[in-house]
Formats: sequence, C-alpha cells, structure tokens
Amino acid sequence: MATEVTTLVEETFASKSNSGVKLPIYMDNHATTPVDPRVLKEMVPYFTDLFGNAASRNHSFGWAGEEGVETARERIAKLIGATPKEIVLTSGATESDNLAIKGVAEMYREKGNHIITAVTEHKAVLDTCKRLEKYGYRVTYLPVQKDGLVDLDDLKRAMDDKTILVTIMAANNEIGVLQPIAEIGKLCHEKGVIFHTDATQAVGKVPMDVNKQNLDLVSISAHKMYGPKGVGALYVRRKNPRVQLSPIIDGGGHERGMRSGTLNVPGIVGLGKACAICHEEMPQESVRLAGLRDRLKNKIMSGLDEVYINGSMEHRLPQNLNISFAYVEGESLLMGINDVAVSSGSACTSATLEPSYVLKALGTGDDLAHSSIRFGIGRFNTEAEVDYVAERVTETVQRLRELSPLYEMAKEGIDLKSVKWAAE
Amino acid sequence: MSYSDKVIDHYNNPRNVGSMDKSSSEVGTGLVGAPECGDVMKLQIKVNPQTNVIEDAKFKTFGCGSAIASSSLATEWVKGKTIDEALAIKNTEIVKELALPPVKIHCSVLAEDAIRAAIGDWKKKQGAATPETVGAKA
Repeated sequence: MATEVTTLVEETFASKSNSGVKLPIYMDNHATTPVDPRVLKEMVPYFTDLFGNAASRNHSFGWAGEEGVETARERIAKLIGATPKEIVLTSGATESDNLAIKGVAEMYREKGNHIITAVTEHKAVLDTCKRLEKYGYRVTYLPVQKDGLVDLDDLKRAMDDKTILVTIMAANNEIGVLQPIAEIGKLCHEKGVIFHTDATQAVGKVPMDVNKQNLDLVSISAHKMYGPKGVGALYVRRKNPRVQLSPIIDGGGHERGMRSGTLNVPGIVGLGKACAICHEEMPQESVRLAGLRDRLKNKIMSGLDEVYINGSMEHRLPQNLNISFAYVEGESLLMGINDVAVSSGSACTSATLEPSYVLKALGTGDDLAHSSIRFGIGRFNTEAEVDYVAERVTETVQRLRELSPLYEMAKEGIDLKSVKWAAE
Repeated sequence: MSYSDKVIDHYNNPRNVGSMDKSSSEVGTGLVGAPECGDVMKLQIKVNPQTNVIEDAKFKTFGCGSAIASSSLATEWVKGKTIDEALAIKNTEIVKELALPPVKIHCSVLAEDAIRAAIGDWKKKQGAATPETVGAKA
C-alpha cells in the first residue's frame, strides 16, 4: 500500500536535479511530517488482524486492541515524563486544545472566569478563547517581545484572583520560538492557576518533562512527529494539583469520561511508536537538524543582503528557520522555488489575505511579513537537499529583486518609508 | 492553488523588464500599490509626441506571480497602441487572458491602475489636462 502511494507521488512530481537530489524536496515539516516507515510498520496489523475495539472486554480481539493502546499510552507518557493514566487520547492537537481550555473553563467556572493566553498562539487556542469570551469569560491576550517571547512580568501583572487558566504554547508553529514554559508553569503554580501548553511543535523535538516544567495540561499531535494524522493526546495532571476537566464530547465514557468515542487504535499505536522513536533519537536528531538549519541559514545569509531572521535564534526549535527577504514578495518566491515545499507568511498564501499575525505581533512590518518564508527541516532531509534549497532560494531572490521596483528604489537611496504610496 | 500556464510563462519569462529615464519628457511613469499590501507595480511608457503612440514600455513589480504576470502582460498590450487605445484596456481583459482566479483580480486592477498612472504622468509632462493621476510620488 505504502509503496503504491509513493510510486504515485514519484510519477506525479518527481524529477532529479542536476545536483542529484530527488525533487520535489519537502521542507515544510511544521505543517506535517511523513509517517516514519517504522511507525507505519507497527500500525499496519491493527488495521487487519488486530482490528478489535479496545473497549471490548470480553474477547481476545478487544484485548489485543487494548494492549496496543496501553503500550502506546506508556510510550507517550514516557516522552514527557508523565504517567500513562494522565494521557487522554484525542483526534489531534486542535481537539486537545479545545478540551483543555473549554474543559477547564467549564469545570472551574465557579472559581473564576479569567483566561490568559498570548497573541502568537495557534488559532486552535485563540479561536477557542474567543468563543469563551462570547460565553462571558474574560481573556487577556499577552503581547510578545520583538524576539517572540512573552514577558513574565506581563504575565504576572495580568493574573488576578479570577484567573483560572494560562495557556501559552511551548514552540511557535511559524517562527519556532520556545516560550519559557517552565517559568510560566512555576508562576502559575505559585498562584494556584492551571497551566496548559500547546506543545504540538515541541513534543518529540525538544526535551519536555511535565514535572520539571510545571505543566498541567499538554496538547500533543502525532503527525508533527512522524506519526499519522488524526490522532493526538492531552496530558492531564493527576496530582499536585489534580486537574479536572469537563468533557466536550459525550458518549460511551471512554478515556475516563474525558473523551468519549471508540479509540483510533492504529493511529494511537502509531503515535506511541512515533513517541518512542523521538525519545530514543532526540539527542542525536536535534543536533543533526540544528546543524542543517544553521547550514541553510549561513548559506542564505552569505549569498544575500537584507535578509532578516524572524524570532529569537537562541530560544528556538532546532528544526525551524523563518526569514524575510526584503523587496521580494513571499508567494512569488515560492513560485520560483516550486520544486521545494516551504511556506510563507505572505497574505497571498493565506485564506484571509492578511499577512502572518505572528510576524505582525513581533513588530515585523507588513512589508517584511509579506516577504517571509518558513523552512521546517525534518528527519528525512539531507545536507544535499539543504544545499540545493539554499542555492535555489538565493538565485530566485536575486532574480526577483532585479524585477522589484522596491529594490531599485532602495538602491537609489530612496527611503521606502517616506514614500506616499497610492494604495494606502 | 495552481497557476495558469500563461501566468507561469510571464513569471518565468517576464516581458519588458526594466526602467527608463523618468525625467525624460517622453516617458510617463506609473507607480501603484504599497509594500504593506504586498504589491507594488512600476510601469513606464515612452510615447511619440507626434503620433501619441506608445513606442516602448517597461515594468518592475514587487508582488505575487499573478501581479508580475499582469504587469508583464500590460506592457505587451500597451506597446504600439495610442494612449487613448491604451486607456481603453480593462482589468477584466487581463483577468480573462491570464485566467486569474477571484482572489487575484486585484492584481489586474493594479495593472490597469499602473497603465493609467503612467499615461497620466506623461500627459502632465505634456502640459495637458490630467484626468487620471493614480500615481505615487517619491
């Protein structure tokens, strides 16, 4: 099955570049990752021979399914320093974010109605908070500093006696910036506030430990760490403090009543294996990917002037690079490197026709937000691919700058900010 | 979203890229759009004052592939036309020629604006009345 699909992709898109790398190159690993063949191999039997419902308690088919699920639960827990009973299986991180935020909001309604989050969160968190505002909750959206990090003093000031939840992501999906979650968690615990972190981009990439980092709720997704799509988990702390949630999906009482619905056994097995591989290989993999990322950055920056890194380089996922190429519009750049899959913060590539709200929150001007490209380096990228991408990006930016009236004006010494643009 | 073959062709082989002397009395320059909006087009025309025929046209564009293609096509279309004929070019014709999807219609509008702005600038230099001055000035 996998081979057939791979063949189809190859027949449709694949070609060889002069440098010998196989095209197209996938370097958009914050959007999704391919399933690791080792993960797929463990999943396959659960579609066929081991198809039982993990909730069937009376026969071996059910027991086999349950065993697969419980092994996975242990592996997920191990990756973040939790216990298996604290792992609630879901359909993915969006559901986990919804369950964490809405679940706390409803359960702790009598204690308070105030939630704190940050402006650079994923829409799964922001839109959930916006919905709660309609139901009478108060939400504080913390700004971020120029490097993308929240200011702990801002957080302290925002907390009051009605605050029940702080939800701040571990790693940003666009700029890869790592928030100081251990410090945020500590602050929350001092004030008796529950701390949720959307760790979709962080789990499996950087070390995480729910106790050392003072985390109460952690959203996890399989498909960002070489597992399948449509499966994820929510870590829910059971002691110090015990966190309780109102479910958002009612039904057969699966997952200790917190998430009803027949378990996606093959997907969960895949998530478990993905976690086990990340746990095993993270020390070497994060070093290798940081090396590739820095190689890409250095090659691009040595070939081009006026390129700007978005977000902190110090507090950042090893896999992520987000760069703005001044005077070049992002979508046209993507079009020029069409054998490389990356993404852009340009308005032209978004459904809303607005440039990236994350970059805007950093204080990046709209012009540079339009010029941004996100590179997400992954497990299956090679040094030869990085070199090819750096070369293609450099030559395409140079070509588009020759085509850009803004570049011409800047070279003539005109301050673009002083120009009175007609379309404003 | 995929691009039409014509957009890809103009993107890969843009026609009439370049700049002309904007201080020349025969040259009209239109600069439309804004960097904050993700699109800026500069379109220049060189007009024969005896015949009012556009003898040459050049462009430079900051924008997406559809914006580059729209302005590249605009330079092709205005060349050889009189200024009155060029003023009759409608953005809808650009949309049709390049098979632009609805979200890219603004690119064609900007190209039409650029033509009008360039002609307006040229007319101003000729001391004529200026019905259209949609340009930006540095």
